[in-house]
Amino acid sequence: MIDQGLNDYPNGTPLIVTSVADNLLGAKLTEMGIVEGKKMRVLYRAPFGCPLAIDMGDHVLSLRKAEARLIMVASI
Amino acid sequence: MSLSYNRICLVGNPNTGKSSLFNQLTGLQQHIGNFPGVTVEKKVGICTLKNGQQIELIDLPGTYSLIPQSEDERVVYELLANEGHPERPQQIICVIDVSNLERNLLLFTQLYDQNWPLTVALTMTDYLNQSDLQSIQAKLETSFPDVRFVAVNPRIGDGIDLLKETLITTTAVLDRVKFGEMAIKDLLSNNVLQRRDAQSRYRRIALLLGDWNPKGSASQKKTTISNWDRFLVHPIYGYLLLLALLLVIFQVVFQVASYPMDWIDGAFGELAQIVKNQLPEGPFTNLITDGIIPGIGGVMVFIPQITLLFFFLAMLEESGYMARIVFITDRILRPFGLSGRSVIPLVSSAACAIPGVMAARSIPNYKDKLITIFVAPLMSCSARIPVYTVLIALVIPSVHWGPFNVQGLVLFALYGLGLITALMAALVMKFVIRAKDPNFLLMEMPMYRWPRWSQVSISIWNKVKVFVLDAGKVILAISILLWGLASYGPSQRMENALREIHTHDHDWSESELEKAEANARLENSYIGIMGKTIEPAIAPLGYDWKIGIALITSFAAREVFVGSMATIYSVNSDGEEDSGLLDKMRAETTETGEPRYNLATGLSLMVFYAYAMQCMATLAVVRRETNSWKWPILQLFAMGALAYLGAWFTYTIFQ
Repeated sequence: MIDQGLNDYPNGTPLIVTSVADNLLGAKLTEMGIVEGKKMRVLYRAPFGCPLAIDMGDHVLSLRKAEARLIMVASI
Repeated sequence: MSLSYNRICLVGNPNTGKSSLFNQLTGLQQHIGNFPGVTVEKKVGICTLKNGQQIELIDLPGTYSLIPQSEDERVVYELLANEGHPERPQQIICVIDVSNLERNLLLFTQLYDQNWPLTVALTMTDYLNQSDLQSIQAKLETSFPDVRFVAVNPRIGDGIDLLKETLITTTAVLDRVKFGEMAIKDLLSNNVLQRRDAQSRYRRIALLLGDWNPKGSASQKKTTISNWDRFLVHPIYGYLLLLALLLVIFQVVFQVASYPMDWIDGAFGELAQIVKNQLPEGPFTNLITDGIIPGIGGVMVFIPQITLLFFFLAMLEESGYMARIVFITDRILRPFGLSGRSVIPLVSSAACAIPGVMAARSIPNYKDKLITIFVAPLMSCSARIPVYTVLIALVIPSVHWGPFNVQGLVLFALYGLGLITALMAALVMKFVIRAKDPNFLLMEMPMYRWPRWSQVSISIWNKVKVFVLDAGKVILAISILLWGLASYGPSQRMENALREIHTHDHDWSESELEKAEANARLENSYIGIMGKTIEPAIAPLGYDWKIGIALITSFAAREVFVGSMATIYSVNSDGEEDSGLLDKMRAETTETGEPRYNLATGLSLMVFYAYAMQCMATLAVVRRETNSWKWPILQLFAMGALAYLGAWFTYTIFQ
């Protein structure tokens, strides 16, 4: 599968993180547990597709489209 | 070696049950203040340990990492990573949510590397079965041998005694083998290293947890969240529910609060009368019965509204629904230069702009934060309610349109006016203020939980205490000052005015004469002079000098309007103590004999109070929050201009 931003996948697709942008926000996302190899899926989105609620395995994290674009994922 | 401890900090991620634990450990022995130099809330409590020793417990703001991204997190960093900090604690309780272990352990390992004497409170243990809990506790104890782990359930008080026992026996820590690869200080301004460090910590955490995979906990949590969220963040039902909820809250605060408010009002009126009958006549008695007692009553009368509003806010917070409010409003508010995070400050500002402005400090983005602070005082706060209540009762008939009371609808419209104006002001500021940092939203969607009465009531108690002790003394002081300014004036001028009445020939009855004297006294008091001075400026809004007086005094705080009116009309009273403020205002006429408080004047005043920055305390909080006089002064003048134009426009239309 080609790597794409998290925001490009429909709700429910099982995904795996392949990389996170190398900037301040990327560091923050990493601290929140979004690291390479992390399995996740989009649970649901607010109207207009933003923010997104992400199933992180043991908790649900919400983030905006702009942040989701920094997270490259592949479907598994 | 056992140490003697006197200060312990409570540290943990948001939504871990940290505040519940704090409440369990300290009960009502809490003090809410501020950290010096910043406006981050400082919750300090006294906790009595098993051996009777009393320690100071500080509940630090929730954070995901020691590396700070906001003012809140900088406070945590300073206190825990700066060895020279004057309030440095002797040990730390780290709260870890076991149903969310990986992410919670990141902060823990950072604290561990700082060589803190650590006790870990494991919370949310009800999501694990007993054997999973025991195996993870054993794993953690093996990996971190000098840290004690105690399973607690702060919701029902389980494990609290054990935790208190454990705290007594904490020992000093020798230099530990570090869990992370880098020192925290090196990561501060280097996001590449910061990211690399977090990655390596997560790798080691994963190794540590190994094959530990609790049955059911994660899927049970997610099923519950999805089931509820399917409805609560639904694109139609979610918004309908939110709107309905806000409407219900404000109807209840308006209707239900009015009963205890009437009792409090009546009780203080009676008290003043009793005291008046007991004491000899004179200026000292007047000070007590006309200045101090009504002043205290004027503070107490707000307690029912604050209690009801903060009851709802605490319920929203406790239940987990507040995060959903942020989720479904973020996209809507962003075009206005606000974020979903602005909802909590703005909703808080619907109670009082002071906690609202302070709540805005948790907005990580400088621009979002500044805009939220700037527009928050436009939201209708509880201090406006007594003003609105009096004015609505005065000029809006109590009739029903279908199921709705028209008076309630007008109040709702005023809240709407505040909200819409706040959004418009935010939109303007979006183009004025320059952005400093990238803008992001990273928020956990917490589990839905039944709110607990103990948490809700402690939250209400703290709010009421802060209001009575902080805002109350300002209101009381100003009530007394006002009474003084309204009772005394330049003596020559006062004497001349009184002589004027007596030198004229008229067939007034004794009570009419008294009334004329009282009027003359008020008109020539210091406050009357001030009110008269501004009368020409406010006449186009439909106001006279008496309203002018109330406008002047309200610059201290909006609710003073009612106190001022009471003082003005009690000085102006015809001796019938039982007739209330409303009767006196209703009886007030203009020079032409028309009622002074007609619909146009009433609405004009409501708009004025909706817009004007009449709250010293808010200005002071804004100054501290923005760390400059520029913003509060700008706010004062911008809102003042808006109030004047809005009131003039309203009066012109309805007159």
